[in-house]
Amino acid sequence: MLGKLSWAAIPLDQPIPLMTGAIVLVAILLVLGWVIVKGHLPYLWEEWITSVDHKRIGVMYTLLAMVMLLRGFADAIMMRAQQALAFHSQGYLPPEHFNQIFSAHGTIMIFFVAMPFVIGLMNLVVPLQLGVRDVAFPTLNSVGFWLTATGALLVNISLVVGEFARTGWLPYPPLSELTYSPGVGVDYYLWSLEISGVGTLVAGINLVTTVLKLRTKGMTYLRMPMFCWTTLASNLLIVAAFPILTATLAMLILDRYLGFHFFTNEAGGNVMMFMNLIWAWGHPEVYILILPAFGVFSEVVSTFSGKPLFGYRSMVLATMAICIISFMVWLHHFFTMGAGPDVNAIFGIASMIIAVPTGVKIYNWLFTMYGGRIRFTTPMLWAIGFMVTFIIGGLTGVLVAVPPADFLLHNSLFLVAHFHNVIIGGVLFGAFAGYTYWFPKAFGFRLQEGLGQAAFWFWLIGFYVAFMPLYVVGFLGMTRRMQHYDVAEWRPWLIVAAGGAGLILIGIVFQILQLVVSIRHRAELRDRTGDPWDGRSLEWATASPPPVFNFAIPPDVSGEDAYWSMKMHAVRQDLEKSEPDYRDVEMPRNSPTGFVCAFFATIMGFALIWHIWWMVIAGGIGAFATFIAFAWRDHDEYVIPAADVGRIDRVNREARRELVSLAGRA
Amino acid sequence: MSGGATAYVAHDPRRAHGMERSIAHAGPASKRIVTGYGFWIFLLSDMVMFSCFFASYAVLRGQTAGGPSGAQLFDLKNVAVETGCLLLSSFTCGLASIAADVRNKALFQLAMAITCVLGLAFLSIEGREFAGLVARGAGPSRSAFLSAFFTLVGCHGVHVSAGILWLLTMMAQVFAKGFRADIQRRFLCFALFWHALDIIWVAVFSVVYLLGSAA
Repeated sequence: MLGKLSWAAIPLDQPIPLMTGAIVLVAILLVLGWVIVKGHLPYLWEEWITSVDHKRIGVMYTLLAMVMLLRGFADAIMMRAQQALAFHSQGYLPPEHFNQIFSAHGTIMIFFVAMPFVIGLMNLVVPLQLGVRDVAFPTLNSVGFWLTATGALLVNISLVVGEFARTGWLPYPPLSELTYSPGVGVDYYLWSLEISGVGTLVAGINLVTTVLKLRTKGMTYLRMPMFCWTTLASNLLIVAAFPILTATLAMLILDRYLGFHFFTNEAGGNVMMFMNLIWAWGHPEVYILILPAFGVFSEVVSTFSGKPLFGYRSMVLATMAICIISFMVWLHHFFTMGAGPDVNAIFGIASMIIAVPTGVKIYNWLFTMYGGRIRFTTPMLWAIGFMVTFIIGGLTGVLVAVPPADFLLHNSLFLVAHFHNVIIGGVLFGAFAGYTYWFPKAFGFRLQEGLGQAAFWFWLIGFYVAFMPLYVVGFLGMTRRMQHYDVAEWRPWLIVAAGGAGLILIGIVFQILQLVVSIRHRAELRDRTGDPWDGRSLEWATASPPPVFNFAIPPDVSGEDAYWSMKMHAVRQDLEKSEPDYRDVEMPRNSPTGFVCAFFATIMGFALIWHIWWMVIAGGIGAFATFIAFAWRDHDEYVIPAADVGRIDRVNREARRELVSLAGRA
Repeated sequence: MSGGATAYVAHDPRRAHGMERSIAHAGPASKRIVTGYGFWIFLLSDMVMFSCFFASYAVLRGQTAGGPSGAQLFDLKNVAVETGCLLLSSFTCGLASIAADVRNKALFQLAMAITCVLGLAFLSIEGREFAGLVARGAGPSRSAFLSAFFTLVGCHGVHVSAGILWLLTMMAQVFAKGFRADIQRRFLCFALFWHALDIIWVAVFSVVYLLGSAA
């Protein structure tokens, strides 16, 4: 009846996951109870869960990422503590638990922190920057988000029901095959990523179509803000790379469920085919994450330097060059496969070439700052911290791109330090910069500066204290994923690294405090004009938070830095007094399709993991019925009358006129 | 814009170029174009997925693990009939597109029904081939070659099955609601999907069956 599921799946003998699970469950129930008692449930359902508004979906993606960051960081600090303790001893984590933790840490941080964070920012900002009212496929957008949430949910269920994979964040066969991983851990990994991968693909198709086909009048390609360009490149990569992940994991699923022989040791299976396929997705994935962060930094550096972005066209070119070359370097993840000197040389050189456009970008940001009147706000601090940190990470990357060096450093903690250096220093800093920069746009009030800056300094210093020692132990020969060790030279460095993780923890506490304090003091932090940073692109041309239709009148763009030229024009003309001709606005109707789909996907995923076949069929029928119901509805849009559009817009125009007349006098 | 601004434009060739193109870019595209375009992007991503299965088939083709090879298993006559069914169904799907354009319900339903029958014929031939292979002990777990074969061809079959579910939904929608604009857009996507499956089948036919029988 319940497949492989029984009471034995609950890890009653392991206090850590059990206690964590209990605490999380109680927290969820408390929040849920509070929501129901306060009567917020209808609001949540109508305004958020069923919303197809790109801004709301963007916020939900970002929220998911930040909650999952806490889970991923909890794993991280447990690992650092274990390695600080486990010298000549077993530490406090048994090996099978430690293995699950490092697998879950990587999986969660990449798929459920970094991905939703950047996709959330792109969703929130790109339609605003393009001057349009929504993304190309609003309902599909909601489906994509909820499928991502399904994946995250399944990974977290594995904490208390069954186990997670012990194979690392990429399930290398033959270890991940049924012979060596007979439990449900790998299945949790596979199904949660298959489901959230569909969500990511949907988001990618949606954003590519939005950038290419939905731009306001006059918004030519070479007038798009840099963030739109990096969004385009990143989502092209999603569309081209995520199907590879889907196919590769499908092959592993077939091996495990139906006895196929893609990656087995017997019957002609080929283990190295898995490495090639998974990294043909995995390397573009790195750029899927970092390119949007580059876009954020471009916006932030230009705004807070008070200058247009230096070398806009070279930046576009560099972005698209990275987009293409990122598909030609995958083999550098396994030089040790033994493909021979010629193949290794080609991939080594390609890996060095891809550092060139990135270097171009760094110089462009530096020259944008040069001669500018720089304001050292929190987003700008993240950007500067990124530039310094990312260069170090990039240089160590070029080091491991040299095949002979890689043979020594492969799978050592040097490598671990390198990719954390680029992912924390690049993607995460970018995500935090974007979060602080666009928060007032999303919610109508700024985040408190002081706590934000404190969080930045703890993160930055914490990062260096945590990861520079790992470069050293890497050179001292320590391999990754060690549950215990007996080399005395490593110990002091690992203790320092654990201290660094502690500093980062303080940084995270400051970030939570910042959010709480900012919400409590939102009246003082209110952004009335919609343009709190003296911005340059169109998202600042509308109110904060923007009305559901974004722009009362679709903007007409006549140059780069679209909003900046409008502002300057308005200062000269003292903002045209005449009222625009407001029209009715048609907006897509909210839909529970995404949520219902994800509900059935969760049931199906869980049933597949535990081999509960009747439940798989029931979930499948439910999902199909949802699609039919969605396809059958007759009214998918509603109209906001011109009078309401005008009423909403006038408030913002008034506030903006005051701002502009102030600027005109100054 | 005032005369001053025009003079400024004249001094900056890059800006002048941009001005020229702003006239060219008239704003967001129509819903039909956006929908079709988005679906094309999806189809491309689907082809990337197929290309992975093609690649794994190419890698594992020789790995028969002492079991039968393609030349011993494939029945080209069978495959020829299969291919005929699918190509013909693409033609009838095209007829349905014409019917949708001229809003002829009867012709649309007829053309779609024939498309459906041809698709089902294709699936039943494929199903029989698979069942026959399994019965002869040449199932997907026999060797890596057969794993890759069943996955590649089966993945196409799963797509055709999904296509038939979609096709039936489209028939029901046109029957119940007529040729509404959103249903027309949906049908455009269906037609693209169905033709794309044909293109993939041509590759399957050539790479798997023709090359496999020759070897």
